[in-house]
Amino acid sequence: MLRRMTRRQKILVLYLADSALDARTIAWSEWDGTGVAEHMAGDADAPPYPTGLAALRDGWRLLQISPLLPHHPGGELTVSYLKYEFLFEKQMHIDD
Amino acid sequence: MTEAALVTSAQMATFVARGFLRFDAVVPDAINAQFLDEAGRVPDAKGEKLRQAYMRLFTENGIPAIAAGTPLAEAYAPQSAAARLLDVPVVRGAIESLVGPGSRFDHHFLHITFPPAFYEGMGAPNVSQHNHQDSTIDTRRAFDVQLFYFPHEVTRDMGGTRFIPGTHLRRVSEAAIARYQNVLGQQHVVCPPGTVILMHHGMWHGGGVNRSDRVRYMFKIRLNPTVRQTRLWDTRDLPNDHRMQRPIFFVKEASDPNDVHAILTRPEPWFEADTGRLEYVNRIRLWRHLLGDESFDADYWLTRLENEPA
Repeated sequence: MLRRMTRRQKILVLYLADSALDARTIAWSEWDGTGVAEHMAGDADAPPYPTGLAALRDGWRLLQISPLLPHHPGGELTVSYLKYEFLFEKQMHIDD
Repeated sequence: MTEAALVTSAQMATFVARGFLRFDAVVPDAINAQFLDEAGRVPDAKGEKLRQAYMRLFTENGIPAIAAGTPLAEAYAPQSAAARLLDVPVVRGAIESLVGPGSRFDHHFLHITFPPAFYEGMGAPNVSQHNHQDSTIDTRRAFDVQLFYFPHEVTRDMGGTRFIPGTHLRRVSEAAIARYQNVLGQQHVVCPPGTVILMHHGMWHGGGVNRSDRVRYMFKIRLNPTVRQTRLWDTRDLPNDHRMQRPIFFVKEASDPNDVHAILTRPEPWFEADTGRLEYVNRIRLWRHLLGDESFDADYWLTRLENEPA
């Protein structure tokens, strides 16, 4: 009997201490499109990977890096959202 | 009315740096019990019946609806649990130190976090609240405080309020930070009965998920200042040399960890390499505002940026 396989994404977002992929992780989020794991705010106090590079070496595909933008005049000293966001995915095959 | 126990300069600097002051078990058991009676017990029901009971409890319990902007001193009936809570010397002293003696009531809310059976009965997922900053983008130097009152013991599995020390000076738009599930250094409130935490209005926070078999209560009151927040605390411990600079980067001995400069330049685990320095800049600016002294600096961060010889 043929098994039908479908692809689902797992998403990992790492926020690093600077713009380099090997900088240390300071915040993180995960979403699991396979439905196996249910991640939510506050569910872990230690990051899944110490750096972005460690995630890369574990098979996560890097999709996007925050651009480095010049600071708005007058707002150079303002702090706001986390700056160094790295978006990863893994594509998982599941039974349809 | 009891005498307020104002906070120290070190506590005030800690509030500026980390955005909160925590007081464990400062509210007497009698007030905690009175508060829970006035709040009303959620009945032992499940699913839709519990939801209906919850809504009824909100409309019928002993916690009053109060108009925004009411002077705090007039907000609660004398001898009510909330009035007695606010009159605990440590609590009143912290409030007066932060927002002054004549603060205004902004709003309050009774947060109830249900155990898993509630969600199973409802067929809804039992998940934590997203991280958020209350209200909306706030560009003021002045600040409100939010009083978090925990009338009963909160264990780790009860999902106590999660917050991220040091995030209060970040200008973000309420739920825009929901994408950040976990941040290094985040805290989950685990506390004995009668614990009060006063937070700067900008603190990133969210309710935890309750995995215990007990209902969790948390009462939050937001307060606005009506006076400029300058030297409202007990400044007797403010050293005369607090404007003096100390060696930076190349140092030969550890400094006093309770020194205001040390407190204002202590990083949080989540600080980015570059914007962590901007956090110091913004802390120093806020401390200047509280001191009423624009010449203050810690570790030269602002002096360097302001040095423009004619």
